[in-house]
Formats: sequence, C-alpha cells, structure tokens
Amino acid sequence: MNLHEYQSKQRFGKFGVPIPLGRVATSPQEVYEIARELGGPVVVKSQVLVGGRGKAGGIKLAQSAEEAQQLAETILGMQIKGLTVRKVLVDPASKFVKEIYLGIVNDRAAGKPVMMASSEGGVEIEEVARTNPKAIIREQIDPFLGLRDYQARNLASGINLPREHWRAFVKIAQSLYACYLDSDAVLAEINPLVITADHQLLALDGKMTIDDNALFRHPDLAEMRDTDAEPEAETQARAADISYVKLDGQIGCMVNGAGLAMTTMDMTKLFGGEEIGPANFLDIGGGAQAEKVAAALRIILSDPNVKSILVNIFGGITRGDEVARGILQAREQVGINLPMVVRLNGTNAEQAREIIQNAHLPNLHYAETLTEAAQLAVSAAKGAM
Amino acid sequence: MAILADKNTRLIVQGITGREGSFHAEKMIEYGTNVVGGVTPGKGGEWVHGKPVFDTVKGAVDATDANATIIYVNPQFAADALYEAIDAGIPLIVCITEGIPVADMMKVYSYLRRSKSRLVGPNCPGLLTPGQAKIGIMPGYIATPGSVGVVSKSGTLTYEVVFALTQRGLGQSTCVGIGGDPIIGTNFVDVLEMFEQDPTTDKVVLIGEIGGRAEIDAAEYIKTHMTKPVAGFIAGATAPPGKRMGHAGAIVEGGEGTAAEKIDALRKAGVRIAANPEEIPDLLG
Repeated sequence: MNLHEYQSKQRFGKFGVPIPLGRVATSPQEVYEIARELGGPVVVKSQVLVGGRGKAGGIKLAQSAEEAQQLAETILGMQIKGLTVRKVLVDPASKFVKEIYLGIVNDRAAGKPVMMASSEGGVEIEEVARTNPKAIIREQIDPFLGLRDYQARNLASGINLPREHWRAFVKIAQSLYACYLDSDAVLAEINPLVITADHQLLALDGKMTIDDNALFRHPDLAEMRDTDAEPEAETQARAADISYVKLDGQIGCMVNGAGLAMTTMDMTKLFGGEEIGPANFLDIGGGAQAEKVAAALRIILSDPNVKSILVNIFGGITRGDEVARGILQAREQVGINLPMVVRLNGTNAEQAREIIQNAHLPNLHYAETLTEAAQLAVSAAKGAM
Repeated sequence: MAILADKNTRLIVQGITGREGSFHAEKMIEYGTNVVGGVTPGKGGEWVHGKPVFDTVKGAVDATDANATIIYVNPQFAADALYEAIDAGIPLIVCITEGIPVADMMKVYSYLRRSKSRLVGPNCPGLLTPGQAKIGIMPGYIATPGSVGVVSKSGTLTYEVVFALTQRGLGQSTCVGIGGDPIIGTNFVDVLEMFEQDPTTDKVVLIGEIGGRAEIDAAEYIKTHMTKPVAGFIAGATAPPGKRMGHAGAIVEGGEGTAAEKIDALRKAGVRIAANPEEIPDLLG
C-alpha cells in the first residue's frame, strides 16, 4: 500500500526527520488560509499516487496566499495520469543549495534492508541507477543490529556531503530507519533531502510503501489507504478476499492461484495477438465456493471492456464438480449474457465436465486443456461465438 | 533417492490441531508420508489422526527423533514457529503459511543463515517425492515416480505442469515449490544444485514468474554448472509494471524482474522455454 507524500512526511516527522511545516487542504479556501498562516511564498502540491506530478502541472509555486488559492482552483480536480486530485499539500517554499536522495528498500536477494543515498536528488532513483549507477551508495543493514551510525557516515561520505552536515544526516538516516521499521514499510524514501540556503537539512518530498501483509498490526496505517487511487473493482475484490488487478484487454479471467492466473493471462495474449488480451488478473484463492465465484464474476463484469470470460481452475484439494456447481449457481445469481469458457482440471474433472455440458447453456463452453480454453475465449472475444 | 525428502523422512506438523494443519496432516499420512507427530502449544498429550501432539517442537523432536517439520501456522505467529523449529535443530523446515510480514521474514532469514536448518517457503505448496513422501499441500495423485526434477515458485501452476508430465508418462524425482514471497529460505539455485547432484534426476523443469532476480541467478548457475537439460516457463509476460500479481513477490519494480528479461537470460543459458506450459513435456523430449 502506497502512502501519499503528506502522509509519508508526517510519519517521517514523527520519527525526527525535519519536514516543512505545511498542511493538507481539500478546497481553495483552505489553501488560502494555510498559505496566509504560513506567510511568504508557498508550494501547492497535488496529492496523487503517481510519479511525474510536477511535469503534469500538479506542483506550483505561489508568491502570495491569493495566488495559492487561484492555483489550487486549477490543481484541485485536475486529472493526473487518470487520477483526480482531491487533496493538495501547502508547504512553505524553501530555498536550497543542494538536493540529495536518501531511501531504504528491501533487498530481496540479500534478504536484508538496504539504505541508499545519492548526490543526485530530485530525480527518480531508477533513473539515476540507469544513467549514473556509481552515484548511488548502498549500505546493507543487519536486521538484528539495525543501522549503525558508521554506515550512515559511509553514505554521507560516499555522496560527498560536506562534513558540517554529517551529524544531522546520521540523525535523519536513523530516524528514517526507525520509521521504516515501525511502519513495516517495504520502501521509505526522502527525495529530495535538501541543504537549505541557511544550512539545514530538510525532507522536501517523501514516499512510503507499507507491506500489505503487515497491515494487520497497523490499523492506523491501514486506514490511510486511498481507495480513490484504485479502481472500484479492486476495492470490492479486497473486501471479498479476492486478488484482482484490472488490465486493458477483453477477456475476463477467473483462476485459482497467482502463478496460474498470470499464465492464463499470458495465454489469452499468446492466442489473441495484438488486439485481444486479458482484462484482468484474478486469483480466487483456494476453495472457490459458489458465493466467492459469484463475487468474482460480478467484479469481472463491472469492467465494460470484457467480451468473454475464461475460468481456469486446477482442483487440487478443491473438487472440480463442486466448482462446476458453484459456477452454475453463481451464473444464475449474477445473470451473465457474455460467452463463458470453463476449464477445470485435476480432482473430479470428469464430473465437472458432465455438469457443465449437461447444463446446456448456449453461451457456456467446456474446454479440456488450457490451450483450447484460451483459443475459445479469444474467438468469443472477437465475436465469433 | 530424490532430494530433500524420501521414505526415511520423519515429519512433524506444527499447527496439527488447526483446520489447515489437521486436514493436510491426514492427506500426508494417507499418501504414506512418515508423520511421527505434531505440535500445538497447549494441546500436548492429545492425539490427531493417530499421531501424538506435543506442546513444543523440542519436546516433539526429543520423543520422535523427527528430522523435518511442516508449518501451518497463521502469519501472525509463523515467525515464532520458525524460530522454534530452527532452535530445535530440525534440518528441514517447510513453511506453507501465506502472508508473513517481510520484516519478520528478513529476521528469520538472517537467523536461519546462522543455523544448520534449511527452510523451504514460506507461501509455498511444499514438496513431493512421488511414492515416498509428501510434505505440503500438493495433491498426491498428480505425480508419479520418475526422473524429472521440478522446481517452481507457484502452486496450482506447478500442479498443472506436474499433472501434464504425469499424463505424458514423464515421472518426477521430486517436485519442490519454493514459494512466491520476496524472502524465501530456498531459492532456485539451491534446488538446481541438489537436482544436478541427485543420481535419480535426469532432467529438470523450472517454473518462474515476474519479480526479483532469482530466475536470472538460476540462468547463471545453469550456464556455468548444470549438465542436465532444463526446460521451463515464466509466468507474467502480460503483467503491468508496479502492480502486485497476487504473490507478494510477483511485482515488476523499477523496470526489473520482467518476464522478457528472465526468458532471455534462461534461453541464453540453454534452457528450453515454453510459451505455453502445456508444451513443457514436449521440450523434455
């Protein structure tokens, strides 16, 4: 789960990272009041969960509270990469002499957190990794020891940070690590961390991603989820304990297991070519009772691009005949007119086929193999069935 | 002989009185796995499916001489169950639990590296040595004894491939599900090394997916160390970047971990990659 800039910075601030004294607003009037209170020039920053806000015109500098209010009128409600801006952060504008990057992520291969710093702040770290990988200095952290001060000094020295800032930098690195740990984050980054004109370090922008698997022990963070930022269907799927990601294709896929779900998507593209592909990733999980199948079908059908539905279930512990009955029951509940291809392999696949075929529904097809199922779903999506 | 588990493996089940643990313990016993007992704190002295339940892992090991454990414990308590198994000195630990926080797993992983235990998983279907031992949740009937080693990050996709092999008369030495989490105890390379050394394995099937670089490391190992032929499949070619595809680890981040780069690396290492997993048996020809 991604946090907004204002949420991330507030949390960094709680752990001792110096942050600007701004506040978040939802109306131009509020923006005006905050700007007036802050006095002096302010930055009005759209709060949407995508990169490239600045380029899209979602971050603007205002010299006065009146100007801030005017800017807010255009920024609030604007679309950035398909997301509507509903909140803006109003921060006092800072004069700075240098931008750096400081972040912490999980290094999968090492199985440890790694703290990274770069003298090239203000640009995405992936961009620096591509263009100037040597500019990124890394320190792996032993999860039992935590970040050692010397490691933070290694980073400071590695990016040629002037010595007068080392003490403050080490403190910020430790605060960021403490925040990362306490929040069960998988990513916490300050970009840029600036040296201001009056020689202070300040976190101008921040980003955090929280481990979804750890949200059970962070009810406060779980509440920060911005469901505006995700398609409605993904929110519904989470409530039904279904894993769903909306894609751009025409074939709605319902599968059990993440690896098999991705494979089923890939197969629709393999046979669908340029024009036809998967409309979604959907992992229904184990069991797959009628109720859950119905919920999944509703979610798939909420996407108007869907032209056909492909169900691919490998019954391991789950019995194919039960799934087949569940599908028929769910179809009745939901009411489906679109062509549907069902392929059930594994336990009791024979009975499953009989149940589907004996239902004699005109737009319900049974396929023996995944290849056949994908080909049928593709022709159905093209309107050939 | 197989790898990791065979008919001589003495298995305990952590979480044996829970819904999942009890259900799968029964399936493992039915399959012929040598289950010697189970552990649930507070339930010591009870019996489940004719096997004694102990309060602690150490107690179970002392009484039964177990040399492997399987963990079906909720994510909140899984890390503790893992530490307990490591501290009891059990050589093989298989963890089925899905949804363990990554911060917990980084600590476990670090602790594990200072121990003599091997962990398979978490968030995996476990392993199956056909006709000898089933440690996990793979349905037993899909497999048959033979000489193809299977290693995979996935669950049901593995079943598909194993089932397809079985139907084509290609039996398996051992099928290992290593799991789809970002931090796992046993990686592709570990299992490939074991298959390379195992005299009962002639050919290997590797099933990977998007996210991380475990498949790239596997390609490097295959290129430099493996003499046995490898065929494979990588799931997620159509997955968009930045979106988690079910598995906590299945996400393309910062442009890394795409199916295309993995397929390319494996092909360059001489691995035959199927565009369609149902064609894997043909590639073993």
